Amino acid sequence: MNSTKSNTAAKPQIPETRLDELREEALRTGRIRDSGIVPIKGPLAHKPAATSYHGHPVLKPPTWTWQIPLYFFVGGLAGSSAVIALAAHVSGSFEVVRIALWIAFAGALISPTLLIADLGLPSRFLNMLRVFKLRSAMSIGSWTLVAFSSWVGLAVICRELILVGYAYGFLILLEWVAEFFAALSGLILASYTSVLLGVTAIPVWSENRKLLPSIFLAGGLGSATAVLEIAGFLLPATQLVGIIVSAVETAAAVIIEARGRYVDRPLREGRTGWLMRAGAVLAGPASLLIRVLWADSIGGRLVAASAFLVGALIGRYAWIAAGRVSSRDPQALFEIQRS
Amino acid sequence: MAVSAFLTDATVCIGCKACEVACKEWNHVPADGFTFTGNSYDNTGMLGASTWRHVMFLEQPAQMGAQITGTQDPFRWLFLSDVCKHCEHAGCLEACPTGAIVRTEVGSVFVQPDVCNGCGYCVVGCPFGVVDKNHEVGTAFKCTFCYDRQRDGLVPACAKACPTQSIRFGEINEMREQAQLRVETLRERGYHDAQIYDPKQSSVGGTHAMFVILGQPEAYNFPPAPEVPTVHLKSAWSAALISAVIVLLLVCLAFAL
Repeated sequence: MNSTKSNTAAKPQIPETRLDELREEALRTGRIRDSGIVPIKGPLAHKPAATSYHGHPVLKPPTWTWQIPLYFFVGGLAGSSAVIALAAHVSGSFEVVRIALWIAFAGALISPTLLIADLGLPSRFLNMLRVFKLRSAMSIGSWTLVAFSSWVGLAVICRELILVGYAYGFLILLEWVAEFFAALSGLILASYTSVLLGVTAIPVWSENRKLLPSIFLAGGLGSATAVLEIAGFLLPATQLVGIIVSAVETAAAVIIEARGRYVDRPLREGRTGWLMRAGAVLAGPASLLIRVLWADSIGGRLVAASAFLVGALIGRYAWIAAGRVSSRDPQALFEIQRS
Repeated sequence: MAVSAFLTDATVCIGCKACEVACKEWNHVPADGFTFTGNSYDNTGMLGASTWRHVMFLEQPAQMGAQITGTQDPFRWLFLSDVCKHCEHAGCLEACPTGAIVRTEVGSVFVQPDVCNGCGYCVVGCPFGVVDKNHEVGTAFKCTFCYDRQRDGLVPACAKACPTQSIRFGEINEMREQAQLRVETLRERGYHDAQIYDPKQSSVGGTHAMFVILGQPEAYNFPPAPEVPTVHLKSAWSAALISAVIVLLLVCLAFAL
């Protein structure tokens, strides 16, 4: 009895006479004119008024094919590898210089292939080089990739020529210059993709524009060192870099989870949320823990490196997929613009 | 040639879709959208690569002006022909890496089909979700503002085909004045929620396709405060620069140790 009372008290009361009215109207006319009420409280939640056009998306989802997130991964890896090559050259580790340059060069060959696969025709890539637009991250990226490939190619040629005995002064100087510009363009190559996503209308990308560069750069650098380690270079330097990038990945994931913003829902919920979490756990805490706990074991280092590579790759796909989900949610867009 | 604009009026649109058909026939855009969306009489859903005019059908529990409904549940059926906004500061144009998207002398934003390489960056750069990539051709398409017709002194096909002058076309300031007058008239007649949608206050800086609507812009899927994404260039690149410097220092430090 008590519970029934409190139940009726919780919702706005209709007078008992209303029920009599309804019966009398039904008896008199054979039909009821009114159609009921909009429930404010009660067993069925009140559905808020629709604010978007039939719940249709406002924005268009990204049209990019699977090659683009893979390119983000490869570009970040190659760009960071060129930075490692320069740093290794400065410290005199010539074996590392050679392998890092070759990793960067391989990435410089794969990247345009992936981009052309997305565009459909090789000649379409040339259209990217009609103009140079500072305001278009896509334009900056295209020119950076061309510059990067050229400098890395030159650096690799110099390195190999020096190794087979052509150690002329001008070749050594040329290698330094090529490595410097390869590292510089490599840094842009590894970071511009985050700006590319951040400067769009897609809510989840745009609202994370300040966080994305650290995630993408950490991902690229961590992947480059992971490939170095898998290639057999288990150096103290790669261990230090590995620990720091995994810590950055962990911190970024914690920030996304802790902020709990509506706009970040594709990063936390649904299939894209689990994809994001899987990537973040592998590249972040999993890789970090293995590195710290099994620091002396070769196997441990290799497992940590592999976990990071897989995590970073999954992360790139998750970010693109999250953008696709975000573009379909008109409320995410309206919420940012109303506040 | 004068800088021109569309003024599309939801209060006189009858939902006939003559604009959609006229657009497709004049511009040789393939017929599509013969699907049942279940959203009133809408079958094209939203603007896209092959839908450059889209007639919306809104069913709202609200009173239409001074309408006498004879019921306690007011209802209104609204129509509006959506179109590319041809922004003053256009996200697609700024994003385009090839220079395919240009501003014409009539103030419109035009995609040059022979230059576009289908990178898709304009698609995510548009704050209104207008431009899209056609996957058969592989490049981006949207309303051309009938640039070909305008150069020959003709009004765009949709405006010409509109039977109720819901789509008006003319010099941009004249259109802005007409929009103002129309909203004032509507308010006098009891349409208290009549307003102009022309985001001049935002970074988009106004559009060459403005609308007279009833109720909130969100109901028409118009962003209440659209922003051209490139306003965030500075903050995004700054964050990238900071991270890049840290990466460089970290790597140098690690290999120096």
